[in-house]
Amino acid sequence: MNIVVCVKQVPDTWSDRTLRASDNTLDRAAADAEINELDTYAIEEGLRLAEAHGGEVTFVSMGPERALESIRKALSMGGDKAVHLVDDALHGSDALGTSAVLAAVIGQIGFDLVILGSESTDARTGVLPAMLAERLGVPQLSYASKVEIDGTTITINRQADYGYDRVEATLPAVVSVVEKINEPRYPSFKGIMASKKKPVQTMSVADTGIDQAQVGLDGAACEVVTFAKRPARQAGTVVADEGAGGTKAADFLVSRKFI
Amino acid sequence: MAEILVLADHEGETVKKVTLELVTLARRFGEAAVVWTGQGGEAAKDKLAEYGAAKVYIAQGSEYDDYVVAPKAELLAWLVGQRNPALVLLPSTAEGKEVGGRLAVKTGSGILTDVVGLSDDLTAEQLIFGGAINVSSKVRTGSPIIAIRPNAIVPEPAAGAAVVEPVDITISDQARQARVLERVVQQRGARPELTEASIVVSGGRGVGSADNMALIEKLADSLGAAVGASRAVTDAGWYPHQFQVGQTGKTVSPQLYVAVGISGAIQHRAGMQTSKTIMVVNKDPEAPIFELADFGVVGDLFKVVPQLVEEIGKRTS
Ligand SMILES: Cc1cc2nc3c(=O)[nH]c(=O)nc-3n(C[C@H](O)[C@H](O)[C@H](O)COP(=O)(O)OP(=O)(O)OC[C@H]3O[C@@H](n4cnc5c(N)ncnc54)[C@H](O)[C@@H]3O)c2cc1C
Repeated sequence: MNIVVCVKQVPDTWSDRTLRASDNTLDRAAADAEINELDTYAIEEGLRLAEAHGGEVTFVSMGPERALESIRKALSMGGDKAVHLVDDALHGSDALGTSAVLAAVIGQIGFDLVILGSESTDARTGVLPAMLAERLGVPQLSYASKVEIDGTTITINRQADYGYDRVEATLPAVVSVVEKINEPRYPSFKGIMASKKKPVQTMSVADTGIDQAQVGLDGAACEVVTFAKRPARQAGTVVADEGAGGTKAADFLVSRKFI
Repeated sequence: MAEILVLADHEGETVKKVTLELVTLARRFGEAAVVWTGQGGEAAKDKLAEYGAAKVYIAQGSEYDDYVVAPKAELLAWLVGQRNPALVLLPSTAEGKEVGGRLAVKTGSGILTDVVGLSDDLTAEQLIFGGAINVSSKVRTGSPIIAIRPNAIVPEPAAGAAVVEPVDITISDQARQARVLERVVQQRGARPELTEASIVVSGGRGVGSADNMALIEKLADSLGAAVGASRAVTDAGWYPHQFQVGQTGKTVSPQLYVAVGISGAIQHRAGMQTSKTIMVVNKDPEAPIFELADFGVVGDLFKVVPQLVEEIGKRTS
Protein backbone atom coordinates (compact mmCIF):
# COMPACT_ATOMS: atom_id res chain seq x y z
CA MET A 1 0.00 0.00 0.00
CA ASN A 2 1.28 3.47 -0.91
CA ILE A 3 0.57 5.88 1.91
CA VAL A 4 1.18 9.60 1.54
CA VAL A 5 1.12 11.69 4.71
CA CYS A 6 0.93 15.48 4.42
CA VAL A 7 3.01 17.36 6.97
CA LYS A 8 2.84 21.11 7.56
CA GLN A 9 5.28 23.16 9.54
CA VAL A 10 3.48 25.75 11.67
CA PRO A 11 4.39 28.25 14.37
CA ASP A 12 4.37 26.69 17.83
CA THR A 13 1.01 27.34 19.50
CA TRP A 14 2.83 28.23 22.74
CA SER A 15 4.58 31.18 21.10
CA ASP A 16 3.30 34.63 20.19
CA ARG A 17 1.97 34.27 16.68
CA THR A 18 1.43 37.19 14.34
CA LEU A 19 1.32 38.33 10.71
CA ARG A 20 3.96 40.31 8.84
CA ALA A 21 3.13 43.96 8.29
CA SER A 22 4.81 43.95 4.85
CA ASP A 23 2.45 41.52 3.10
CA ASN A 24 -0.07 40.33 5.76
CA THR A 25 1.22 36.75 5.63
CA LEU A 26 2.26 34.54 8.51
CA ASP A 27 5.35 35.83 10.30
CA ARG A 28 7.37 32.63 10.39
CA ALA A 29 10.39 34.30 11.94
CA ALA A 30 8.46 35.51 14.99
CA ALA A 31 7.73 32.07 16.40
CA ASP A 32 9.31 28.67 16.90
CA ALA A 33 8.39 26.19 14.21
CA GLU A 34 6.87 22.77 14.76
CA ILE A 35 5.02 20.04 12.94
CA ASN A 36 1.32 20.87 13.02
CA GLU A 37 0.25 18.84 16.03
CA LEU A 38 -2.66 17.14 14.26
CA ASP A 39 -0.27 16.00 11.52
CA THR A 40 1.71 14.01 14.09
CA TYR A 41 -1.39 11.85 14.53
CA ALA A 42 -1.60 11.49 10.74
CA ILE A 43 2.05 10.39 10.67
CA GLU A 44 1.44 7.85 13.44
CA GLU A 45 -1.67 6.48 11.71
CA GLY A 46 0.20 6.17 8.40
CA LEU A 47 3.06 4.32 10.08
CA ARG A 48 0.68 1.97 11.91
CA LEU A 49 -1.29 1.17 8.77
CA ALA A 50 1.93 0.48 6.85
CA GLU A 51 3.13 -1.77 9.68
CA ALA A 52 -0.18 -3.66 9.70
CA HIS A 53 -0.79 -3.92 5.96
CA GLY A 54 2.65 -3.48 4.42
CA GLY A 55 3.64 -0.65 2.11
CA GLU A 56 5.56 2.54 1.82
CA VAL A 57 5.04 5.84 3.63
CA THR A 58 5.95 9.05 1.82
CA PHE A 59 5.75 12.44 3.53
CA VAL A 60 4.83 15.50 1.51
CA SER A 61 5.39 18.97 2.84
CA MET A 62 4.93 22.33 1.21
CA GLY A 63 6.86 25.08 2.93
CA PRO A 64 10.00 27.20 2.97
CA GLU A 65 13.55 25.82 3.38
CA ARG A 66 13.03 25.57 7.10
CA ALA A 67 10.21 23.03 6.68
CA LEU A 68 12.96 20.49 6.05
CA GLU A 69 13.37 20.30 9.86
CA SER A 70 9.80 19.07 10.15
CA ILE A 71 10.27 16.62 7.27
CA ARG A 72 13.33 15.17 9.03
CA LYS A 73 11.38 14.95 12.25
CA ALA A 74 8.64 13.00 10.50
CA LEU A 75 11.23 10.71 8.90
CA SER A 76 12.76 10.11 12.33
CA MET A 77 9.41 8.74 13.48
CA GLY A 78 9.51 6.34 10.52
CA GLY A 79 8.48 6.14 6.89
CA ASP A 80 10.53 5.77 3.74
CA LYS A 81 10.95 9.03 1.88
CA ALA A 82 9.71 12.57 1.50
CA VAL A 83 8.94 15.23 -1.05
CA HIS A 84 9.56 18.86 -0.14
CA LEU A 85 7.64 21.37 -2.22
CA VAL A 86 9.71 24.48 -1.87
CA ASP A 87 9.48 27.51 -4.12
CA ASP A 88 9.35 31.24 -3.38
CA ALA A 89 6.44 31.40 -5.81
CA LEU A 90 4.35 29.45 -3.26
CA HIS A 91 4.65 32.11 -0.57
CA GLY A 92 1.22 33.39 0.42
CA SER A 93 -0.78 30.64 -1.31
CA ASP A 94 -4.34 30.14 -0.08
CA ALA A 95 -6.06 26.79 0.44
CA LEU A 96 -7.11 26.59 -3.22
CA GLY A 97 -3.54 27.05 -4.47
CA THR A 98 -2.08 24.80 -1.80
CA SER A 99 -4.53 22.00 -2.55
CA ALA A 100 -3.80 22.30 -6.28
CA VAL A 101 -0.05 21.77 -5.93
CA LEU A 102 -0.39 19.13 -3.21
CA ALA A 103 -2.89 17.17 -5.32
CA ALA A 104 -0.54 17.36 -8.29
CA VAL A 105 2.41 16.06 -6.27
CA ILE A 106 0.38 13.32 -4.59
CA GLY A 107 -0.90 12.27 -8.00
CA GLN A 108 2.67 12.01 -9.27
CA ILE A 109 3.81 9.94 -6.28
CA GLY A 110 0.82 7.60 -6.64
CA PHE A 111 -1.23 6.60 -3.60
CA ASP A 112 -3.71 4.24 -2.05
CA LEU A 113 -4.19 6.44 0.94
CA VAL A 114 -3.52 10.10 1.71
CA ILE A 115 -3.57 10.98 5.42
CA LEU A 116 -3.45 14.42 6.98
CA GLY A 117 -4.43 16.28 10.12
CA SER A 118 -8.02 17.53 10.08
CA GLU A 119 -6.77 21.12 10.25
CA SER A 120 -3.63 23.14 10.89
CA THR A 121 -3.19 25.10 14.09
CA ASP A 122 -2.18 28.28 12.23
CA ALA A 123 -4.70 28.71 9.40
CA ARG A 124 -7.41 26.52 10.98
CA THR A 125 -9.52 26.52 7.83
CA GLY A 126 -10.13 22.77 7.96
CA VAL A 127 -10.83 22.73 4.21
CA LEU A 128 -7.71 21.09 2.83
CA PRO A 129 -8.71 17.41 3.26
CA ALA A 130 -12.03 18.07 1.47
CA MET A 131 -10.28 20.03 -1.28
CA LEU A 132 -7.74 17.25 -1.81
CA ALA A 133 -10.48 14.62 -2.04
CA GLU A 134 -12.32 16.80 -4.53
CA ARG A 135 -9.23 17.38 -6.67
CA LEU A 136 -8.05 13.77 -6.56
CA GLY A 137 -11.57 12.45 -7.23
CA VAL A 138 -11.41 9.96 -4.34
CA PRO A 139 -13.60 9.44 -1.26
CA GLN A 140 -13.33 11.95 1.57
CA LEU A 141 -12.99 10.23 4.95
CA SER A 142 -12.41 13.20 7.20
CA TYR A 143 -12.39 13.77 10.98
CA ALA A 144 -11.48 10.14 11.58
CA SER A 145 -11.12 8.98 15.17
CA LYS A 146 -10.63 5.39 13.99
CA VAL A 147 -9.49 3.83 10.70
CA GLU A 148 -9.87 0.19 9.66
CA ILE A 149 -8.72 -1.33 6.39
CA ASP A 150 -9.80 -4.71 5.07
CA GLY A 151 -8.49 -5.42 1.58
CA THR A 152 -9.55 -2.39 -0.44
CA THR A 153 -12.37 -1.46 1.93
CA ILE A 154 -11.70 1.35 4.37
CA THR A 155 -14.02 2.21 7.25
CA ILE A 156 -13.67 5.14 9.61
CA ASN A 157 -15.45 6.69 12.56
CA ARG A 158 -16.14 10.24 11.43
CA GLN A 159 -16.45 12.49 14.45
CA ALA A 160 -19.55 14.68 14.59
CA ASP A 161 -21.25 16.93 17.14
CA TYR A 162 -23.77 14.21 17.96
CA GLY A 163 -21.24 11.39 18.22
CA TYR A 164 -19.85 9.83 15.08
CA ASP A 165 -20.75 8.29 11.75
CA ARG A 166 -19.40 4.97 10.53
CA VAL A 167 -18.29 5.71 6.97
CA GLU A 168 -17.12 3.23 4.37
CA ALA A 169 -15.36 3.61 1.03
CA THR A 170 -13.08 1.81 -1.39
CA LEU A 171 -9.42 2.74 -1.66
CA PRO A 172 -7.81 4.96 -2.81
CA ALA A 173 -9.04 7.60 -0.37
CA VAL A 174 -8.17 10.76 1.55
CA VAL A 175 -8.33 10.46 5.34
CA SER A 176 -8.06 13.28 7.86
CA VAL A 177 -7.57 12.49 11.52
CA VAL A 178 -8.45 13.99 14.91
CA GLU A 179 -6.17 13.93 17.93
CA LYS A 180 -7.94 11.12 19.76
CA ILE A 181 -7.09 8.54 17.09
CA ASN A 182 -3.75 7.37 18.51
CA GLU A 183 -0.73 8.32 20.57
CA PRO A 184 2.09 9.52 18.30
CA ARG A 185 5.41 7.80 18.93
CA TYR A 186 8.57 9.63 19.90
CA PRO A 187 11.46 9.30 17.47
CA SER A 188 14.00 6.75 18.72
CA PHE A 189 17.74 7.39 18.54
CA LYS A 190 17.92 4.77 15.80
CA GLY A 191 15.07 6.50 13.99
CA ILE A 192 16.83 9.84 14.15
CA MET A 193 20.03 8.36 12.73
CA ALA A 194 18.12 6.51 9.99
CA SER A 195 16.16 9.61 8.98
CA LYS A 196 19.33 11.33 7.85
CA LYS A 197 19.79 8.78 5.07
CA LYS A 198 16.19 8.76 3.86
CA PRO A 199 15.69 10.46 0.48
CA VAL A 200 14.05 13.88 0.39
CA GLN A 201 13.18 15.02 -3.10
CA THR A 202 12.78 18.73 -3.69
CA MET A 203 10.14 19.98 -6.10
CA SER A 204 9.26 23.39 -7.47
CA VAL A 205 5.93 24.66 -8.78
CA ALA A 206 7.15 24.02 -12.33
CA ASP A 207 7.78 20.35 -11.43
CA THR A 208 4.15 19.94 -10.38
CA GLY A 209 2.78 21.10 -13.71
CA ILE A 210 0.54 23.63 -11.95
CA ASP A 211 0.34 27.09 -13.46
CA GLN A 212 2.26 29.62 -11.33
CA ALA A 213 -0.67 32.02 -11.69
CA GLN A 214 -2.74 29.70 -9.47
CA VAL A 215 -0.41 29.90 -6.48
CA GLY A 216 1.31 32.39 -4.21
CA LEU A 217 0.02 35.67 -2.89
CA ASP A 218 -0.91 36.91 -6.38
CA GLY A 219 -2.68 33.70 -7.31
CA ALA A 220 -4.71 33.54 -4.10
CA ALA A 221 -8.48 33.86 -4.42
CA CYS A 222 -8.59 35.71 -1.08
CA GLU A 223 -6.50 38.47 0.39
CA VAL A 224 -5.91 39.85 3.84
CA VAL A 225 -6.65 43.56 3.72
CA THR A 226 -5.61 44.58 7.23
CA PHE A 227 -4.94 43.06 10.62
CA ALA A 228 -4.60 44.32 14.18
CA LYS A 229 -3.81 42.81 17.53
CA ARG A 230 -6.91 42.51 19.66
CA PRO A 231 -6.87 44.61 22.79
CA ALA A 232 -6.40 42.67 26.04
CA ARG A 233 -9.52 42.06 28.08
CA GLN A 234 -10.31 44.48 30.89
CA ALA A 235 -9.28 43.14 34.27
CA GLY A 236 -12.23 41.86 36.28
CA THR A 237 -13.01 41.15 39.92
CA VAL A 238 -11.41 38.19 41.66
CA VAL A 239 -12.55 37.12 45.13
CA ALA A 240 -11.17 34.45 47.43
CA ASP A 241 -13.66 31.86 48.63
CA GLU A 242 -14.06 32.26 52.37
CA GLY A 243 -17.27 30.29 52.50
CA ALA A 244 -19.41 32.50 50.28
CA GLY A 245 -17.63 32.15 46.93
CA GLY A 246 -20.58 30.44 45.28
CA THR A 247 -23.00 33.06 46.60
CA LYS A 248 -20.80 35.86 45.32
CA ALA A 249 -20.60 34.17 41.92
CA ALA A 250 -24.40 33.99 41.88
CA ASP A 251 -24.55 37.72 42.79
CA PHE A 252 -22.33 38.42 39.81
CA LEU A 253 -24.59 36.41 37.51
CA VAL A 254 -27.60 38.34 38.78
CA SER A 255 -25.81 41.67 38.25
CA ARG A 256 -25.16 40.68 34.63
CA LYS A 257 -28.72 39.40 34.21
CA PHE A 258 -27.72 35.81 33.50
CA ILE A 259 -30.11 34.70 36.22
CA MET B 1 -31.90 41.62 -6.60
CA ALA B 2 -29.07 39.11 -6.51
CA GLU B 3 -29.61 35.82 -4.76
CA ILE B 4 -27.58 34.87 -1.72
CA LEU B 5 -27.37 31.12 -1.26
CA VAL B 6 -27.54 29.93 2.33
CA LEU B 7 -26.82 26.29 3.12
CA ALA B 8 -29.24 25.23 5.86
CA ASP B 9 -27.94 23.40 8.90
CA HIS B 10 -30.78 21.38 10.36
CA GLU B 11 -31.66 18.31 12.33
CA GLY B 12 -34.64 16.79 10.52
CA GLU B 13 -37.22 19.57 10.37
CA THR B 14 -35.61 21.53 13.20
CA VAL B 15 -33.77 24.56 11.85
CA LYS B 16 -30.50 25.18 13.68
CA LYS B 17 -29.99 28.66 15.05
CA VAL B 18 -26.96 29.25 12.82
CA THR B 19 -29.20 28.91 9.75
CA LEU B 20 -31.36 31.80 10.98
CA GLU B 21 -28.19 33.78 11.63
CA LEU B 22 -27.09 33.18 8.04
CA VAL B 23 -30.51 34.14 6.63
CA THR B 24 -30.42 37.35 8.70
CA LEU B 25 -26.98 38.17 7.32
CA ALA B 26 -27.92 37.21 3.74
CA ARG B 27 -30.78 39.75 3.66
CA ARG B 28 -28.28 42.57 3.87
CA PHE B 29 -26.78 41.58 0.55
CA GLY B 30 -29.71 40.35 -1.52
CA GLU B 31 -32.48 37.78 -1.59
CA ALA B 32 -31.91 35.05 0.96
CA ALA B 33 -32.31 31.71 -0.83
CA VAL B 34 -32.00 28.80 1.58
CA VAL B 35 -30.66 25.51 0.25
CA TRP B 36 -32.24 22.65 2.18
CA THR B 37 -30.99 19.09 1.75
CA GLY B 38 -32.81 15.95 2.84
CA GLN B 39 -36.15 15.80 4.63
CA GLY B 40 -37.97 18.42 6.67
CA GLY B 41 -37.80 21.41 4.32
CA GLU B 42 -41.56 21.83 3.86
CA ALA B 43 -42.15 21.76 7.61
CA ALA B 44 -39.30 24.19 8.24
CA LYS B 45 -40.30 26.73 5.66
CA ASP B 46 -42.47 28.82 8.02
CA LYS B 47 -39.57 29.26 10.39
CA LEU B 48 -37.32 30.32 7.50
CA ALA B 49 -40.02 32.74 6.33
CA GLU B 50 -40.11 34.32 9.79
CA TYR B 51 -36.48 35.28 9.41
CA GLY B 52 -36.88 36.65 5.92
CA ALA B 53 -35.97 33.83 3.55
CA ALA B 54 -37.26 34.71 0.09
CA LYS B 55 -36.80 31.24 -1.33
CA VAL B 56 -36.16 27.70 -0.18
CA TYR B 57 -34.55 25.27 -2.58
CA ILE B 58 -35.43 21.82 -1.37
CA ALA B 59 -33.32 18.89 -2.54
CA GLN B 60 -34.88 16.07 -0.62
CA GLY B 61 -32.94 13.08 -1.88
CA SER B 62 -31.49 10.71 0.70
CA GLU B 63 -28.04 10.89 -0.91
CA TYR B 64 -27.33 14.14 0.93
CA ASP B 65 -27.37 12.25 4.23
CA ASP B 66 -26.10 8.91 2.94
CA TYR B 67 -22.77 10.18 1.58
CA VAL B 68 -20.21 12.45 3.19
CA VAL B 69 -20.17 16.14 2.14
CA ALA B 70 -19.65 15.70 -1.63
CA PRO B 71 -23.36 15.60 -2.68
CA LYS B 72 -24.04 18.91 -0.91
CA ALA B 73 -21.09 20.52 -2.67
CA GLU B 74 -22.34 19.20 -6.00
CA LEU B 75 -25.81 20.61 -5.37
CA LEU B 76 -24.44 24.02 -4.40
CA ALA B 77 -22.14 24.08 -7.42
CA TRP B 78 -25.14 23.40 -9.66
CA LEU B 79 -27.14 26.21 -8.01
CA VAL B 80 -24.20 28.58 -8.30
CA GLY B 81 -24.06 27.78 -12.02
CA GLN B 82 -27.82 28.32 -12.43
CA ARG B 83 -28.36 31.36 -10.22
CA ASN B 84 -25.04 33.16 -10.21
CA PRO B 85 -25.44 34.25 -6.56
CA ALA B 86 -23.59 37.29 -5.23
CA LEU B 87 -22.51 35.27 -2.23
CA VAL B 88 -22.70 31.77 -0.78
CA LEU B 89 -23.08 31.57 3.00
CA LEU B 90 -22.36 28.41 5.01
CA PRO B 91 -22.17 27.65 8.71
CA SER B 92 -18.52 27.49 9.80
CA THR B 93 -18.94 24.02 11.24
CA ALA B 94 -16.69 21.09 10.36
CA GLU B 95 -19.09 19.99 7.65
CA GLY B 96 -20.04 23.47 6.45
CA LYS B 97 -16.39 24.30 5.85
CA GLU B 98 -15.82 21.04 3.99
CA VAL B 99 -18.80 21.67 1.72
CA GLY B 100 -17.38 25.15 1.11
CA GLY B 101 -13.92 23.77 0.36
CA ARG B 102 -15.21 21.39 -2.28
CA LEU B 103 -17.45 24.09 -3.72
CA ALA B 104 -14.45 26.43 -3.95
CA VAL B 105 -12.52 23.85 -5.98
CA LYS B 106 -15.53 23.24 -8.26
CA THR B 107 -16.24 26.92 -8.92
CA GLY B 108 -12.76 28.39 -8.54
CA SER B 109 -14.15 30.90 -6.04
CA GLY B 110 -12.31 32.00 -2.94
CA ILE B 111 -13.43 30.76 0.47
CA LEU B 112 -13.11 32.41 3.88
CA THR B 113 -13.88 30.42 7.03
CA ASP B 114 -14.70 31.24 10.63
CA VAL B 115 -15.94 34.71 9.67
CA VAL B 116 -17.56 36.73 12.47
CA GLY B 117 -18.80 39.72 10.47
CA LEU B 118 -19.26 41.03 6.94
CA SER B 119 -19.17 44.68 5.91
CA ASP B 120 -21.22 46.09 3.02
CA ASP B 121 -18.35 45.67 0.56
CA LEU B 122 -18.02 42.01 1.65
CA THR B 123 -14.91 42.54 3.73
CA ALA B 124 -14.90 39.67 6.19
CA GLU B 125 -13.81 39.94 9.80
CA GLN B 126 -11.95 36.96 11.25
CA LEU B 127 -10.15 36.34 14.51
CA ILE B 128 -6.99 34.32 14.09
CA PHE B 129 -4.38 32.67 16.30
CA GLY B 130 -6.94 31.89 18.94
CA GLY B 131 -8.55 35.30 18.95
CA ALA B 132 -5.28 37.19 19.38
CA ILE B 133 -5.52 39.07 16.09
CA ASN B 134 -8.37 40.64 14.10
CA VAL B 135 -8.08 40.19 10.37
CA SER B 136 -10.07 41.80 7.54
CA SER B 137 -10.07 39.71 4.37
CA LYS B 138 -11.70 39.75 0.97
CA VAL B 139 -12.45 37.17 -1.64
CA ARG B 140 -11.24 38.47 -4.98
CA THR B 141 -12.21 35.59 -7.29
CA GLY B 142 -15.70 34.30 -8.09
CA SER B 143 -18.88 34.36 -5.96
CA PRO B 144 -17.41 34.59 -2.46
CA ILE B 145 -17.94 31.51 -0.30
CA ILE B 146 -18.13 32.63 3.30
CA ALA B 147 -18.41 30.32 6.29
CA ILE B 148 -19.84 32.17 9.29
CA ARG B 149 -19.02 31.21 12.86
CA PRO B 150 -22.16 30.18 14.78
CA ASN B 151 -23.26 32.71 17.41
CA ALA B 152 -21.51 35.63 15.67
CA ILE B 153 -24.65 37.19 14.14
CA VAL B 154 -27.86 38.01 16.02
CA PRO B 155 -30.83 36.43 14.19
CA GLU B 156 -33.53 39.00 13.47
CA PRO B 157 -37.07 38.20 12.37
CA ALA B 158 -38.32 39.77 9.13
CA ALA B 159 -41.13 38.69 6.86
CA GLY B 160 -40.12 36.56 3.88
CA ALA B 161 -42.08 34.61 1.30
CA ALA B 162 -40.00 31.41 1.61
CA VAL B 163 -41.24 30.21 -1.78
CA VAL B 164 -40.35 26.55 -2.12
CA GLU B 165 -38.55 25.47 -5.27
CA PRO B 166 -37.85 21.75 -5.42
CA VAL B 167 -34.45 20.86 -6.87
CA ASP B 168 -33.99 17.40 -8.25
CA ILE B 169 -30.56 16.89 -9.73
CA THR B 170 -28.73 13.62 -10.24
CA ILE B 171 -25.81 13.31 -7.89
CA SER B 172 -22.80 11.78 -9.65
CA ASP B 173 -21.21 8.46 -8.67
CA GLN B 174 -18.06 10.45 -7.94
CA ALA B 175 -19.90 12.19 -5.08
CA ARG B 176 -21.23 8.89 -3.71
CA GLN B 177 -17.93 7.36 -2.70
CA ALA B 178 -17.90 7.82 1.08
CA ARG B 179 -21.00 6.06 2.33
CA VAL B 180 -22.44 6.55 5.81
CA LEU B 181 -23.16 3.08 7.22
CA GLU B 182 -24.45 4.12 10.60
CA ARG B 183 -24.95 7.21 12.71
CA VAL B 184 -23.88 6.68 16.30
CA VAL B 185 -25.48 9.22 18.62
CA GLN B 186 -23.79 9.81 21.95
CA GLN B 187 -26.18 12.28 23.53
CA ARG B 188 -25.26 13.88 26.82
CA GLY B 189 -28.68 15.10 27.84
CA ALA B 190 -30.83 17.65 26.09
CA ARG B 191 -28.51 20.63 26.27
CA PRO B 192 -27.97 23.39 23.73
CA GLU B 193 -25.26 22.77 21.18
CA LEU B 194 -21.82 23.89 22.28
CA THR B 195 -21.12 26.40 19.50
CA GLU B 196 -24.67 27.79 19.53
CA ALA B 197 -25.24 28.08 23.26
CA SER B 198 -25.45 31.49 24.88
CA ILE B 199 -23.94 30.07 28.06
CA VAL B 200 -21.17 27.45 28.22
CA VAL B 201 -19.90 25.81 31.41
CA SER B 202 -16.59 23.98 30.95
CA GLY B 203 -14.74 21.64 33.24
CA GLY B 204 -10.99 21.04 33.38
CA ARG B 205 -8.55 18.65 34.99
CA GLY B 206 -9.43 20.12 38.37
CA VAL B 207 -12.78 18.31 38.15
CA GLY B 208 -10.80 15.17 38.78
CA SER B 209 -12.84 12.35 37.24
CA ALA B 210 -15.48 11.37 34.70
CA ASP B 211 -18.06 11.01 37.49
CA ASN B 212 -17.35 14.48 38.77
CA MET B 213 -18.25 15.93 35.37
CA ALA B 214 -21.82 15.52 36.66
CA LEU B 215 -21.11 18.57 38.81
CA ILE B 216 -20.31 20.58 35.68
CA GLU B 217 -23.48 19.25 34.03
CA LYS B 218 -25.51 20.26 37.06
CA LEU B 219 -24.18 23.81 36.96
CA ALA B 220 -24.78 23.91 33.20
CA ASP B 221 -28.37 22.72 33.62
CA SER B 222 -29.08 25.30 36.29
CA LEU B 223 -28.15 27.96 33.72
CA GLY B 224 -29.59 26.28 30.61
CA ALA B 225 -26.03 26.06 29.34
CA ALA B 226 -24.00 23.76 27.13
CA VAL B 227 -21.17 21.72 28.64
CA GLY B 228 -17.59 22.10 27.43
CA ALA B 229 -14.30 20.56 28.50
CA SER B 230 -10.59 21.22 28.36
CA ARG B 231 -8.32 18.86 26.48
CA ALA B 232 -7.02 17.43 29.74
CA VAL B 233 -10.57 16.18 30.33
CA THR B 234 -11.17 14.74 26.85
CA ASP B 235 -7.68 13.18 26.75
CA ALA B 236 -8.44 11.44 30.04
CA GLY B 237 -11.69 10.16 28.55
CA TRP B 238 -13.80 11.94 31.19
CA TYR B 239 -15.94 13.57 28.51
CA PRO B 240 -16.28 13.04 24.72
CA HIS B 241 -13.93 14.85 22.37
CA GLN B 242 -16.70 16.74 20.56
CA PHE B 243 -17.12 18.87 23.68
CA GLN B 244 -13.50 20.04 23.73
CA VAL B 245 -13.01 23.80 23.62
CA GLY B 246 -9.76 25.21 22.29
CA GLN B 247 -7.09 25.19 19.63
CA THR B 248 -7.89 21.69 18.41
CA GLY B 249 -11.49 21.68 19.64
CA LYS B 250 -14.46 23.98 19.24
CA THR B 251 -14.29 27.75 19.21
CA VAL B 252 -17.09 29.19 21.29
CA SER B 253 -18.16 32.79 21.73
CA PRO B 254 -21.10 32.70 24.14
CA GLN B 255 -22.56 35.53 26.23
CA LEU B 256 -21.16 33.77 29.29
CA TYR B 257 -18.34 31.24 29.60
CA VAL B 258 -17.74 29.60 32.98
CA ALA B 259 -14.35 27.90 33.33
CA VAL B 260 -14.16 25.49 36.26
CA GLY B 261 -10.86 23.84 37.24
CA ILE B 262 -9.21 25.00 34.01
CA SER B 263 -5.76 26.61 34.13
CA GLY B 264 -6.14 28.67 30.94
CA ALA B 265 -3.34 27.36 28.72
CA ILE B 266 -3.00 29.38 25.53
CA GLN B 267 -4.54 26.53 23.52
CA HIS B 268 -7.64 26.50 25.69
CA ARG B 269 -7.95 30.28 25.57
CA ALA B 270 -7.82 30.02 21.79
CA GLY B 271 -11.28 28.48 21.88
CA MET B 272 -13.05 30.77 24.35
CA GLN B 273 -11.36 34.12 24.84
CA THR B 274 -13.81 36.00 22.62
CA SER B 275 -16.68 35.08 24.96
CA LYS B 276 -18.56 38.23 26.05
CA THR B 277 -18.37 37.51 29.76
CA ILE B 278 -16.03 35.05 31.47
CA MET B 279 -16.39 33.61 34.97
CA VAL B 280 -13.70 31.44 36.57
CA VAL B 281 -13.52 29.03 39.49
CA ASN B 282 -9.98 27.83 40.26
CA LYS B 283 -8.09 27.15 43.46
CA ASP B 284 -4.81 28.55 42.12
CA PRO B 285 -4.79 32.38 42.19
CA GLU B 286 -1.87 32.31 39.73
CA ALA B 287 -3.78 30.36 37.07
CA PRO B 288 -3.58 32.34 33.80
CA ILE B 289 -7.33 31.90 33.22
CA PHE B 290 -7.90 34.67 35.81
CA GLU B 291 -6.38 37.16 33.32
CA LEU B 292 -9.53 36.72 31.24
CA ALA B 293 -12.03 36.67 34.09
CA ASP B 294 -14.72 39.30 34.46
CA PHE B 295 -15.44 37.56 37.72
CA GLY B 296 -13.27 34.95 39.40
CA VAL B 297 -13.49 32.90 42.55
CA VAL B 298 -10.26 31.55 44.01
CA GLY B 299 -11.40 28.42 45.75
CA ASP B 300 -12.11 24.71 45.73
CA LEU B 301 -14.58 23.94 42.98
CA PHE B 302 -16.12 21.15 45.09
CA LYS B 303 -17.25 23.80 47.56
CA VAL B 304 -17.88 26.75 45.25
CA VAL B 305 -19.83 25.00 42.51
CA PRO B 306 -22.43 23.22 44.70
CA GLN B 307 -23.08 26.47 46.53
CA LEU B 308 -23.41 28.31 43.24
CA VAL B 309 -25.88 25.72 41.93
CA GLU B 310 -27.92 26.06 45.11
CA GLU B 311 -27.90 29.86 44.94
CA ILE B 312 -28.96 29.82 41.29
CA GLY B 313 -31.80 27.48 42.28
CA LYS B 314 -32.93 29.85 45.04
CA ARG B 315 -32.84 32.90 42.83
CA THR B 316 -34.61 31.41 39.87
CA SER B 317 -37.37 29.58 41.74
C1 LIG C 1 -1.18 21.85 19.75
C2 LIG C 1 -1.95 21.83 21.03
C3 LIG C 1 -3.33 21.92 20.99
C4 LIG C 1 -4.08 21.94 22.16
N1 LIG C 1 -5.43 22.07 22.07
C5 LIG C 1 -6.15 22.21 23.22
C6 LIG C 1 -7.57 22.43 23.17
O1 LIG C 1 -8.19 22.42 22.12
N2 LIG C 1 -8.22 22.62 24.34
C7 LIG C 1 -7.60 22.61 25.55
O2 LIG C 1 -8.27 22.79 26.58
N3 LIG C 1 -6.27 22.36 25.62
C8 LIG C 1 -5.55 22.16 24.49
N4 LIG C 1 -4.21 21.88 24.58
C9 LIG C 1 -3.65 21.54 25.91
C10 LIG C 1 -3.28 22.72 26.78
O3 LIG C 1 -1.95 23.08 26.54
C11 LIG C 1 -3.43 22.33 28.27
O4 LIG C 1 -2.64 21.20 28.52
C12 LIG C 1 -4.86 22.02 28.71
O5 LIG C 1 -5.73 23.04 28.29
C13 LIG C 1 -4.92 21.87 30.22
O6 LIG C 1 -6.22 21.56 30.63
P1 LIG C 1 -6.71 22.01 32.08
O7 LIG C 1 -6.66 23.47 32.22
O8 LIG C 1 -8.01 21.34 32.31
O9 LIG C 1 -5.66 21.27 33.04
P2 LIG C 1 -4.50 21.90 33.94
O10 LIG C 1 -3.64 22.81 33.16
O11 LIG C 1 -3.89 20.77 34.64
O12 LIG C 1 -5.29 22.80 34.95
C14 LIG C 1 -6.11 22.30 35.96
C15 LIG C 1 -6.52 23.48 36.80
O13 LIG C 1 -7.47 23.04 37.75
C16 LIG C 1 -7.23 23.72 38.96
N5 LIG C 1 -7.77 22.88 40.05
C17 LIG C 1 -7.35 21.64 40.43
N6 LIG C 1 -8.13 21.18 41.43
C18 LIG C 1 -9.04 22.14 41.71
C19 LIG C 1 -10.11 22.25 42.65
N7 LIG C 1 -10.40 21.28 43.51
N8 LIG C 1 -10.82 23.38 42.63
C20 LIG C 1 -10.55 24.39 41.77
N9 LIG C 1 -9.56 24.33 40.85
C21 LIG C 1 -8.81 23.22 40.82
C22 LIG C 1 -5.73 23.89 39.04
O14 LIG C 1 -5.39 24.97 39.88
C23 LIG C 1 -5.38 24.12 37.57
O15 LIG C 1 -5.34 25.50 37.28
C24 LIG C 1 -3.43 21.84 23.42
C25 LIG C 1 -2.06 21.72 23.46
C26 LIG C 1 -1.30 21.72 22.29
C27 LIG C 1 0.18 21.62 22.37
